[in-house]
Amino acid sequence: MADKKKIIIVGGGLSGLMAALKVCELGGEVDLFSYCPVKRSHSLCAQGGINACMDLKGEHDSIYEHFDDTVYGGDFLADQEAVKGMVEAAPKLIKMFDRMGVPFTRTPEGTLDLRNFGGQKNKRTCFAGSTTGQQLLYALDEQVRRWEVKGGVKKYEYWEFIRIIKNKDGICRGIVAQNMNSMEIVPFRADAVILATGGPGQVYARCTASTICNGSAVSAVYQQGAEIGNPEFIQIHPTAIPGSDKNRLMSEACRGEGGRVWVWRDNPETGEKERWYFLEDMYPAYGNLVPRDVASRAIYKVCVHMNLGMHNPNRVYLDLSHIPADYLERKLGGILEMYGDFMGKDPRKVPMEIFPSIHYSMGGIWVDLKHHTNIPGLLASGECDYQYHGANRLGANSLLSAAYSGTISGPEAMRVAKSGELGDPLTDRELEDAKQEAVDEFEKILKMDGPENAHQLHHEMGDIMYQYVSIERDNIGLAKCMEELKKILKRWDNIGLTDHGHWANQEAMFVRQLRNMILYAMVITKCALQRDESRGAHAKIVLDENNQRVTDEKGDLVFMPRDDKRFMKTSIATYDPETEEPVVTYREFNHSYIKPRLRNYAVAKKE
Amino acid sequence: MAENKKKVTLIIERQDGPKEKPYKQTFEVDYRPGLNIVAALMEIQKNPVTKDGKRVAPVVWECNCLEKVCGACMMVINGRARQACASLVDNLEQPITLAPARTFPVIRDLLIDRSVMFESLKRIQGWINVEGSWDMPDAPRQNPYTAQTAYEISHCMTCGCCLEACPNVGPQSDFIGAGPTVQAYLFNINPIGKYDEPKRLEALMGKGGITSCGNSQNCVEVCPKNIKLTTYLAQLNRDVNKHALANIFNK
Ligand SMILES: Cc1cc2nc3c(=O)[nH]c(=O)nc-3n(C[C@H](O)[C@H](O)[C@H](O)COP(=O)(O)OP(=O)(O)OC[C@H]3O[C@@H](n4cnc5c(N)ncnc54)[C@H](O)[C@@H]3O)c2cc1C
Repeated sequence: MADKKKIIIVGGGLSGLMAALKVCELGGEVDLFSYCPVKRSHSLCAQGGINACMDLKGEHDSIYEHFDDTVYGGDFLADQEAVKGMVEAAPKLIKMFDRMGVPFTRTPEGTLDLRNFGGQKNKRTCFAGSTTGQQLLYALDEQVRRWEVKGGVKKYEYWEFIRIIKNKDGICRGIVAQNMNSMEIVPFRADAVILATGGPGQVYARCTASTICNGSAVSAVYQQGAEIGNPEFIQIHPTAIPGSDKNRLMSEACRGEGGRVWVWRDNPETGEKERWYFLEDMYPAYGNLVPRDVASRAIYKVCVHMNLGMHNPNRVYLDLSHIPADYLERKLGGILEMYGDFMGKDPRKVPMEIFPSIHYSMGGIWVDLKHHTNIPGLLASGECDYQYHGANRLGANSLLSAAYSGTISGPEAMRVAKSGELGDPLTDRELEDAKQEAVDEFEKILKMDGPENAHQLHHEMGDIMYQYVSIERDNIGLAKCMEELKKILKRWDNIGLTDHGHWANQEAMFVRQLRNMILYAMVITKCALQRDESRGAHAKIVLDENNQRVTDEKGDLVFMPRDDKRFMKTSIATYDPETEEPVVTYREFNHSYIKPRLRNYAVAKKE
Repeated sequence: MAENKKKVTLIIERQDGPKEKPYKQTFEVDYRPGLNIVAALMEIQKNPVTKDGKRVAPVVWECNCLEKVCGACMMVINGRARQACASLVDNLEQPITLAPARTFPVIRDLLIDRSVMFESLKRIQGWINVEGSWDMPDAPRQNPYTAQTAYEISHCMTCGCCLEACPNVGPQSDFIGAGPTVQAYLFNINPIGKYDEPKRLEALMGKGGITSCGNSQNCVEVCPKNIKLTTYLAQLNRDVNKHALANIFNK
């Protein structure tokens, strides 16, 4: 019998599960690690839909159009070769999901229904009501469970990934993980490792992501030499319900189905009080369906600079109340119910009150077109990688990238595993040393007894990141942020635990995650500081010689222009263990298909 | 000022490990509008001190999405199984009691082991037997009304409320519970999934299967996703009976 190849996959969201299926189908064995039962992974939060050119609405939609929308939406920072592969595969992936039983919303004719989404003129978004992510994740979860029964997959749920283990040639051949109940720390061997650990939203503490989206795994491999690409590009979703525990997303599908954003104002000519549909006014061509970075900046401007938000705290209206209730029920039921659950008001009758929130990371572990990181034997896919979205992601493109990247990383892991390129397996000694290091670190954490509370510190870090590294950035603020983060890192040493035990100690695990989060916050901040331009989600304000923010004759802030000459490059962050800070460099990428042009959503897109 | 700040009182049933004795602790957190139980537990994490000023280990519980879609934070709140994230303090009588769902083994505090439900999903063969994840030219069209029923059932997040509320799940009976059972129906109504309907019905005929359902109707009362569990249980029951009869005649 030929020896079976063992692939470790960390993460059971859309990407990890997709990769697992592919590995099994190629005859490999998967050890699948996750914080939670994979069925509870964050992918299920996705509401609005998944993009694929199905062209079922008589609009002559084309794959090229999807390609161009994605590249243009990403402000020409996405690798075009990679994007091309993704949009070409998209319709086939939808058919796969359909066969797997995803209950997509259908037309009366029984075909897939499509809806509008931001930054795209054609109806291109497939959806299952307003719980598309949940439905897609469940379909893959079911298929993986089938493989679990058949014997291809072994699940390690409630295990936390701590770090990778490299062999003597620096090739990744295993991981160290910890059982979250027994606290046992165990090293595992593999032929290759795929990281599919999702996004780092928790670095900002309050975001639209799940509590387990902490970026800790990404930070851990970064500290072990993995390069991070474009981390400064953090998407801020324009429409979320702010909350102290979480900002709950109201999907872009609300606007896709006809929702309008407005505030009260005095009409500049007549002085009469009126509803101002400011997105429609500012961006006539796309209106409420401008991409997220554009919408978020507009809302921020209207609230913070024009003082037109509903005050204390700032909010604008997202209004569905003009749309028939039964239509809303069918298309958006799930999230309307959520608004009712958490806000106690019925969005079918009254406008919802929303504000932008940290949502998604375009950046992540740098990977090549086949999803290899710069560390041989380590692959990455899903939101934890940097590929496909450039400086801004289009809505409904990330379920696509998560699933698609899994169809690449899985088979590619098998290919290298069989190729013999990956050197020797880990020796017992190497395993034991890696384990011991993690055990020592954990035991040290258990003994911490300073005055700081880890959760409080996390909260403070979130506030700092929101203040300096969100919708509007400037170099003074970013430099200050680096200083503040260094202080937080120092204060981490003074954390005290109240739980010193060895059973289901969530506090101790959180302390370890927090340190990783702080180091990753520095990666985001430093890359933002070094990138002197505005592009997509990264909008930087010009400062004068006195370091004051510059405004134009209308009183509007002046943003740095996009600078293709210097910055149409991928930022690469590498960890410097001496300073514990990243070293930032820039790397060329493939943009050979579509020439960069100025991005302007006030007018229809020109190709 | 600080004194007349409204407080929320939580009495939490804690347990240090699977074999340890449960005990209760009372905590107070500051009230604010829209406060939910997960947010209240997060406040306790930031300052794990009981009402009588004792510094204790922070309460252990499970949560992920905080939007009532992942199913993780199910616990018993004021005597009823529900999702902690979607339980607003405003809608709960005080003092609020939190306890683990003891239908499942307790790991620590409010953290429980629900792996039994995922095992049941294996038993009912809760999946579509697709040939593989590779490209195929087409997927079958589907009746949009059937698809809507499938959509409803496919919201089941395996949270376990229905098992916790069911008098027939527990040491006295081996019923696998409404949620996992009804999943069989989801796959049976799918155009590809229905090919394996007989296998799923057989799986529901055995020990702990649908005959163990005592029709108490508690499940449908507590389902946080409003799935018409009893309707589909009844439908499955008919399907199982029909299948059993057919088995007899075909012998
Ligand atoms: C509220 C919301 C709505 C969204 N809506 C849409 C939408 O409509 N359309 C769209 O295209 N995209 C949407 N997105 C984005 C999309 O959901 C995510 O980008 C995508 O699902 C990420 O999938 P993933 O597989 O990369 O990671 P995830 O689904 O986040 O999975 C990560 C996995 O890694 C595991 N993990 C992480 N760290 C560790 C560790 N240290 N040890 C062990 N396991 C670990 C977790 O347990 C989990 O299983 C939305 C996002 C949010 C927050």
